[in-house]
Amino acid sequence: MTVDDTWYLILGAVLFTIGGAGLLVRRNPLVMFMCVELMLNAVNLTFVTFARTLDDVGGQVVVFFVLVVAAAEVVVGLGIIVSILRRRPGATADDVSLLRG
Amino acid sequence: MLSAVWLVPALPLAGFALLLLAGRRLGDPLAGWLATLMVAAAFVAGIVTFAGLLGRDEEERAFTFRLFEWLRVGGLDVDVSFLADPLSITMVLFVTGVGTLIHLYSIGYMHGDPRYDRFFLYLNLFAFSMLVLVLGDNLLLTFLGWEGVGVCSYLLISFWFERDTAATAGKKAFITNRVGDWGFMVAMFLTFFALGTLTYSGDEGILQRAPDLPESTALGIALLLFVGAAGKSAQLPLYVWLPDAMEGPTPVSALIHAATMVTAGVYLMVRVHPILEQADTALHVIAVVGAATAFFAATCAVAQRDIKRVLAYSTISQLGYMFLAVGVGAYVAAIFHMVTHAFFKALLFLGAGSVIHGVHEEQDMRRMGALRAFMPVTAATFIVGWLAIAGIPPFAGFWSKDEILAAAWEDNVLLWAVGLVTALLTAFYMSRQVFLVFFGEPRWREADARSPEEALATPEHEPSAATPARGDEEAHVGGEPHESPWLMLAPLVVLAALSIVGGGLNLPGVMTLEHFLEPVFGDQFHELDLAGGVQVALAVAAGVGAVLGILAAREVYVRHRLQAERVEPELLRRAWYIDDGLAAVVDGPVEEVAEGAAAFDRRGIDGFVDGVGTVVRAGGSRLRVVQTGYVRNYALGMAAGAVLLLGFFLARATL
Repeated sequence: MTVDDTWYLILGAVLFTIGGAGLLVRRNPLVMFMCVELMLNAVNLTFVTFARTLDDVGGQVVVFFVLVVAAAEVVVGLGIIVSILRRRPGATADDVSLLRG
Repeated sequence: MLSAVWLVPALPLAGFALLLLAGRRLGDPLAGWLATLMVAAAFVAGIVTFAGLLGRDEEERAFTFRLFEWLRVGGLDVDVSFLADPLSITMVLFVTGVGTLIHLYSIGYMHGDPRYDRFFLYLNLFAFSMLVLVLGDNLLLTFLGWEGVGVCSYLLISFWFERDTAATAGKKAFITNRVGDWGFMVAMFLTFFALGTLTYSGDEGILQRAPDLPESTALGIALLLFVGAAGKSAQLPLYVWLPDAMEGPTPVSALIHAATMVTAGVYLMVRVHPILEQADTALHVIAVVGAATAFFAATCAVAQRDIKRVLAYSTISQLGYMFLAVGVGAYVAAIFHMVTHAFFKALLFLGAGSVIHGVHEEQDMRRMGALRAFMPVTAATFIVGWLAIAGIPPFAGFWSKDEILAAAWEDNVLLWAVGLVTALLTAFYMSRQVFLVFFGEPRWREADARSPEEALATPEHEPSAATPARGDEEAHVGGEPHESPWLMLAPLVVLAALSIVGGGLNLPGVMTLEHFLEPVFGDQFHELDLAGGVQVALAVAAGVGAVLGILAAREVYVRHRLQAERVEPELLRRAWYIDDGLAAVVDGPVEEVAEGAAAFDRRGIDGFVDGVGTVVRAGGSRLRVVQTGYVRNYALGMAAGAVLLLGFFLARATL
C-alpha cells in the first residue's frame, strides 16, 4: 500500500515547526544547532515528496545540495560551539553577545 | 646636417642637468661659462641646421625630426618632433645668438651673487623651453615650451626673492600669464575637436588643413590663441606683468622680457597664420589691439623715472608694433621687427644694466646724468641702441618699423597714423632717457633728489637697498660711477654692431629675409602693393617723425625750455592708473564677491555635506539598538520575516 503524499508534507511541516520553535525557545547552543538540522531535514523531506509527486528529479538534486551544505555548516558550527563551551563551560547562546551594536 | 636640429634644445637641457648636479661645485664663474658654452653650442647647432636648410630647394625647406612618440590616446597622436623650417630656424638663430651674448654678460653682471649657479641653471632651462616652444612641431609641444618659459620667468623675476617687490612681481607675472594660457589651452582643445590633430606640418597637419575650417571655428581658435599670445607678449589688457618684471636681475629683463620670451606670442601668431587667414575679424582685432598697445605703452614710457621701466614700456610698445604687423598680414615685417628689436632692446637693457652696475644699484634716472664721461663704451653702445629704436636711418629699427608702417598704411590709414604717432613718442621717450642718463649735469652726488613724500609715493623706484649683498658692490658704494668690466661690454659692442647692420637682413629691394621666409607663407604671402613713391614718402614720414621726437626731447631735457614735470603727468607715470584701478577693483568688489563665495562655501556647500553626515550618523545610532547580539532575537526576526513573506504570498494567491 502507498502512503498518501499529504502525510509526508504534514510530517515535514510538523518537524519544521518543532525545529523552529526549539530554535526560538531553547538557550543551549547544541540543542539550537540540532533544531536547525531538524528544520533542514524537514525541508529535505518536503523536497523529496514533491519530487516524487511531480515526477521531477530536480527536487532530489536540491536535497543533495542541502546535505552537502549542511555537512559543511555542521563542521564550522560545531567547531565554534565546542571552542566556546571549552572556554566557558555551560554557556548559553545569550552569553555570547559580544557583537551587539 | 638637418638632424642636428635635435641638438638645439638638447644642449641647453644638458647644461641645465649639469648645473643641477654640479652647479654648486663649479661655482662662480665656471657655472656661468658652462651655461654660456651650452647656449653657444646650441647656436652652432642652429647654424648647422640653417646651412642644411639652405642646401635644399626653396620648396622643400621644411624638415621634421621625430624624436619619439609622446602620447597616443584615442584619436590624439602627439610626437616629440621638431620642425625646422625658415620661420623656426630664424627664431632659433636669434634666440640662441642673443641668448649667448646675454649669458656672457651675466657672467660679469651676476658676479658675487650668492645664488650664482642657480641663476645660470634657470637661464639654461629657459633657453631650453624657448627652443622647444619654437621648434615644436605641434601645439602641445609649443605649449610645453610656453609653460616652461612662464615658469622660468617666474623663477627669474623673483630671483632676489628676499625683496618683497620681487616676489610679488614674480607671482603677478605668473598669474597674468595663466590667464593667457587658458586661452591657449581652450584653443588647443578646439583645434583638436575641429581637425583631430595638433601637428603643424604635413598634409594632415593643421597648417595645411586650416582652409577646411569653418569661419566661426577658425575665428574662435584664432582669438583664443591671441588671448594666449597677448598674455605672453604683454598686450592690452594682459600687459600688467611686464613693467613689474623689471624686479628681476637686468640680464633677465634683457633675455626674457625683451629679446625672447615675449616674442613667443608673435611667433605663435605667425606660426598659425593659415588659421588667422580664415578669420578676417581675428586679424582686425589683432591689428587694433596691437596698435592700441603700441600707443598706450609709448605714452606710459614718457613719464617713467626708473631706467628699466622706461625700457619695459618701450618693449610693450614695440611688441604692439609686431602684433599690428601680424594683424595687417605683414608676417615677414613682424618677424623682421622681432629680430631687429631683439638686437637693440637687448642692447638697451644690457646697457641699462651696465649703468645700474656703474652707479651702484641706482635705478632712478633723476639721480644719474653726465654718465658718458664715466662709461664711454656703455654710452656709445646705448646711443646706437637709442638711434636704432627711435627709427633713425640707417639703423636697424628704421627699416623694420618702416616696413610695418607701410603695411599698416596699405591696410588702414588710421592704423598707420597711430603707428606714426607712436614712432614719434618712441623717439621722444628714448631721447629723454639718453639725455637724462648720459648728458646734462651730474646728479648722482645729490643726497636725495626726491622730497620725502615723493619717495613714499613711489616705493617701486626705491634703490634696491635690499638686494642681497653682492661681493664687489659693498666696497665702492657711494663712489664715482665706473665703467663695467669687459665681459659685460663685449656683448654690448656685438649687439651695437648688430643694431647698426641688422636692417640689412631685409633691405627694401633686396629682401633677403622675405625671400627666405616666403616658402613658409606660400599662397598667403602678402606682397606689399605700394607704388615706389608712396613707399619713399612713408619712409620719409617715419624718419621725420623720429627726428621730431628727438628734437622735442632735446627742447625739454637739454635746453629746459619746458619744465620736465609738465610733460610727465602723474596720469602717464602711473600708466593711466590701470594698475591702481585693478588693485582697487580687486581689493574692493572682487574681494567682497570672493568673501561672499567663501561664506556660501562654508555655510551652503559645507553645510549640505556635513548635514548628510549628521543625518546618517544620527540614524545609525538609533538603529544600533536593533543589534542586540542575542541569537534568539535574530532568529525571531528571521521567523517573523518568513511568516510575513508567507502571509504575503498566501494573501496574493487567494485574492
